[in-house]
Amino acid sequence: MSEIKWKATRDGYGDALVEMGAQDERIVVLGADLTDSTRALWFAQKYPDRFFDFGIAEQNMLNAAAGLAMVGKIPWVSTYGVFVAGRAWDQIRTTTCYSNLNVKIGGAHGGISVGQDGATHQALEDVATMRVLPNMTVIVPADYYETKKAVIWACKHVGPVYVRFGREPVPIVTKPEDPFIMGKANLINDGTDVTIMNNGPVLWECMKAVQTLKEKGISARLLNMHTVKPIDREAIAKAARETGAIVTVEEHQVMGGFGSAVAEVVVQTYPVPMRFIGIQDRFGESGTPEELFEEFGLTAKHIVAAVEDVLKAKRG
Amino acid sequence: MVDQAKVEELKKIAHRIRCDIIWALAHAQSGHPGGSLSATDICVALYFYALKHDPRNCQWEGRDRVIFSKGHVSPLIFSLLAESGYIERSELRTFRKFGSRLQGHPNIECPGIEVGTGSLGQGLSIAVGVALGLRMDGKPNRVYCIMGDGENQEGSTWEAIMSAGHYKLDNLCVILDNNGLQIDGWVEDVMGLQPLADKWRAFRWHVIEIDGHDMAQCMEALDQAKQVKGQPTVIIAKTVKGKGVSWMENQAEWHGKAPKPDQCREALKELACPAEYFDF
Repeated sequence: MSEIKWKATRDGYGDALVEMGAQDERIVVLGADLTDSTRALWFAQKYPDRFFDFGIAEQNMLNAAAGLAMVGKIPWVSTYGVFVAGRAWDQIRTTTCYSNLNVKIGGAHGGISVGQDGATHQALEDVATMRVLPNMTVIVPADYYETKKAVIWACKHVGPVYVRFGREPVPIVTKPEDPFIMGKANLINDGTDVTIMNNGPVLWECMKAVQTLKEKGISARLLNMHTVKPIDREAIAKAARETGAIVTVEEHQVMGGFGSAVAEVVVQTYPVPMRFIGIQDRFGESGTPEELFEEFGLTAKHIVAAVEDVLKAKRG
Repeated sequence: MVDQAKVEELKKIAHRIRCDIIWALAHAQSGHPGGSLSATDICVALYFYALKHDPRNCQWEGRDRVIFSKGHVSPLIFSLLAESGYIERSELRTFRKFGSRLQGHPNIECPGIEVGTGSLGQGLSIAVGVALGLRMDGKPNRVYCIMGDGENQEGSTWEAIMSAGHYKLDNLCVILDNNGLQIDGWVEDVMGLQPLADKWRAFRWHVIEIDGHDMAQCMEALDQAKQVKGQPTVIIAKTVKGKGVSWMENQAEWHGKAPKPDQCREALKELACPAEYFDF
């Protein structure tokens, strides 16, 4: 594990846009004064004629993207998750989603790992507000390569897509050749006692938890689920049936987010006990990502504890 | 000088449209008469004089784009589409009814509607994107956005105005139906906007102020807007909410309330609409 490389998922977004920009001239990128930190700058430098800064005015930017989509462009909107999935929600709902327009949204600075900027800039509700919208696809990639693949997939898909990524470097745990199938979970580790379902860059903590659990004699299945919507119902039902207990892990409010999406499937297919790792109805705060992961209960240690707790509730 | 024969022809169309608006509202018993009637004349000049479009081919590449930011004037919008030939006039009977393509606020199920609207303060931003995209491709198509004055209270409207001025979108023309009223009363009492024309000018727009019920002025304004280079144009059309039905004129209460059947007959009589309109 010492050879693990670290890279921010936002870099995967920036690289994918540059790559796809060369292949498809319809791709345009819109920014809102956060061009560098969202990595939209890399596209802007390469294709200045296809980049538009809309200033600090996100609502307008979202609907301008909708207008560009109406004349055949493939617009990517780049700003922080809070400013897009919160502030411009009505624009996304009533214009992009209602008319099913081909708008792509890059939500940067997802989760508390943004760190020092604190609660105002940490998107902890964006997955919830995006996944309730009809026609919307919601993807939260786990690392650099998965982000690249998600963005490339979204460029080819016709319809609204929200891709969430983070600011801080995270371990690269997937390989360039790993499959990325929208809506399908990737099996990282097979197991029989419990299933850990991961969403986003917390995957690394899940992998460490699986190792610890193995040493304790607990066989944990680990599913990496990049797509929150449409969720992989089949993989969830199978995991519930075969392992009898589920722990979901996300860097987002547990209310309304990925864990809720999983629970909606579990109770309708094969009800089993669940535990939810994520933000527990609180705002974030300033700190290093490590400090915040500890404070908000997102580390491998917390995942292990949740697994041990859910196993007590598991039916004989 | 505008063609006087064309003026007379457009006035006749505007009269039919006003009859259609009341007729659709009579069948729906729900909807927005006030703003529909105030925006009728300038929108007739747009659809039947200035606009390049082909009602038999909604997706024609060469068409100008119309975005109704004030989506609530759906009685007017669907009447314009029926008169143009996008839909049958008889379909107006289904307006606001379950299963109809003519929803309370327009959506893309209806031919001739480019995008669903109704949440105020959103249309101009869409128009900005459309205008930007068409210009990128070197297309000559023009973009028209029909707005109410009340939605100038939305912050997002000013974001859009700012960006159109910044990007010098001279293929974009806003028609501002300046009837001075909104649901809660006079715009100036609810949340004052004056000096409105100066505000748009300050955001780098070309402003044309007209009487929005003078057909010749409407035509001239639309002609002039096409000639403006290097900046977008707003036509501030001074209008009367409820225009054409005396007891609706300048009454805020007729913003979003449909007249009862008896009142519809009264309105149709005042407008001197033909007998076939009295079928409800």
